[in-house]
Amino acid sequence: MSKVEKTDNQFVRESIQNQFGPAVKSIEESYGMLDIVISKDTLIPVITWLKKTETLRFQFLTSLCGVHYPEQKEFEFSVVYHLHSLTQNIRIRIHIFMPESDLKVPTLTTLFAGANWMERETFEFYGIQFTGHPDLRTILNVEDMNYHPLRKQYPLVDNTRTDKDDKYFGR
Amino acid sequence: MINISDDNFHNDHRINGHVEPEEDIRQYNYLNLGPTHPATHGIFQNILKMDGEIIVEAEPTIGYIHRAFEKLAENRPFYQIPTITDRLNYCSAPINNIGWHLTIEKLLGVETPKRVDYLRVIIMELARIADHIICNSVIAVDTGALTGFLYVFQWREKIYDIYEEICGARLTTNIGRIGGFERDFNETVFARIEHFLKEFPAALKEFESLVMRNRIFMDRTIQVGGISAERALEYSFTGPNLRAAGVDYDVRVMTPYCSYEDFDFTIPLGSSGDTYDRFCVRQEEMWQSLSIIRQALKNLPEGNFHADVPEFYLPPKENVYNSMEGLIWHFKIVMGEINVPKGQVYQCVEGGNGELGFYLISDGGRQPFRLHFRRPCFIYYQAYPEMIQGSMLSDAILTMSSMNVIAGELDA
Repeated sequence: MSKVEKTDNQFVRESIQNQFGPAVKSIEESYGMLDIVISKDTLIPVITWLKKTETLRFQFLTSLCGVHYPEQKEFEFSVVYHLHSLTQNIRIRIHIFMPESDLKVPTLTTLFAGANWMERETFEFYGIQFTGHPDLRTILNVEDMNYHPLRKQYPLVDNTRTDKDDKYFGR
Repeated sequence: MINISDDNFHNDHRINGHVEPEEDIRQYNYLNLGPTHPATHGIFQNILKMDGEIIVEAEPTIGYIHRAFEKLAENRPFYQIPTITDRLNYCSAPINNIGWHLTIEKLLGVETPKRVDYLRVIIMELARIADHIICNSVIAVDTGALTGFLYVFQWREKIYDIYEEICGARLTTNIGRIGGFERDFNETVFARIEHFLKEFPAALKEFESLVMRNRIFMDRTIQVGGISAERALEYSFTGPNLRAAGVDYDVRVMTPYCSYEDFDFTIPLGSSGDTYDRFCVRQEEMWQSLSIIRQALKNLPEGNFHADVPEFYLPPKENVYNSMEGLIWHFKIVMGEINVPKGQVYQCVEGGNGELGFYLISDGGRQPFRLHFRRPCFIYYQAYPEMIQGSMLSDAILTMSSMNVIAGELDA
């Protein structure tokens, strides 16, 4: 069983490298899933190709989320896409990285209707601007929230609050 | 698909086959459905644009009980995260707990004994039954049939009694630990499961005969809130909602976890993706879950109830009080002082309402660097406006309850 899975991953790795070559920055396998890093500009062509190619058919967007790596200069923000090929039963993970100064990412709503709210959530939490998104607003928090709470610079507890002062336990 | 493509209410304005929107003389009403409405079963708001009794547009607002789980998870050691997962889909909390434990075990490379897997399967299938009992009986309530709900709902309490005997809690269970369970199932647990397996099928059968072929129920649910398989896939539907549309995707079969490959069960499928199909798929899944539990009990292997992971599994209390080693491990685990491998893991389980996924990025520290929950109902609820477009208000209520949208999971 595991042997078949491995050749499948190998097949995906080779076909994506043959098709896109230098646009694919790295492909690694971790815990049985391919981690593919691509450049931001090639996101739409790569995912369209993965979705439409007959031998792959990654037609299912499992999830989409943002990540903030404050330590990585020039690559602080990342969007991670989990795609699933229901016919081949392979899952892959696609990463794109971008600097904080340029948080524009093309939207996937043209390919997957379900990307709509996932992108809204990612926008809300990380401030990533999905260009071409039909309705890019906050979704879980209030509309006038002017910061992006899942960025690492925001601590869990709001230090400006005075009502939580606990002088006896030093919190 | 019937309601979506059916644009009867545009007919008045069709002149020679084309629509002239500027001559729209209809008067619309705006109706605020929710946030706290007895028929929405949770805190959801929908602003409905109504043409008479027909819904033209719906605008959902979500996030009323947003609790920033992903942020919270980044600030907690791994063993404190199950209590967050409890509060996602609280109708089937054990599945979420075990899903998280599987994620961290995958990261650590822990091999669980077969007994742990089978015990987990029993719990998860009980949780699935509890989840489906709530959803299906509430669909019946929304069609006006309160009786069936009262018949089966006490069986959910029996399932909660089983949880209680295993872990001490009923709703937000925090069941299991990294590597297995905190204690083995005792005689009472097995007696209660046996009792449940013996008595519940009669109640479920009774509920089915009351509702499933009931003329009123069928009229209210068939071709209501349908979605085609193509659209469902585009919207990343999972779980019973996707299977009702005719796509045979079940995580238990596609990427087996917890030794699900040892069990013999079928995946029920619908064809039209409407409310009735969703109801029937869940109903059949309950029968399949009962069969899985029977198989697991019959073939339950002997062995330990937890894997051997001293770095993450609390040592027995007598060791803690009587030996230096035990005390040190206990302290290190409770303080979350143990480092984990770096890496990225995606683990999914078949939750009560779809594929519940955990995407964990570990930087080697005591807390997750990033933990993303793939919450099935957050993803499929966005299709709700499309599914109720052109249908009646009362059908919109039924569509929502049949989609099994759980507020805790939707809002995280």
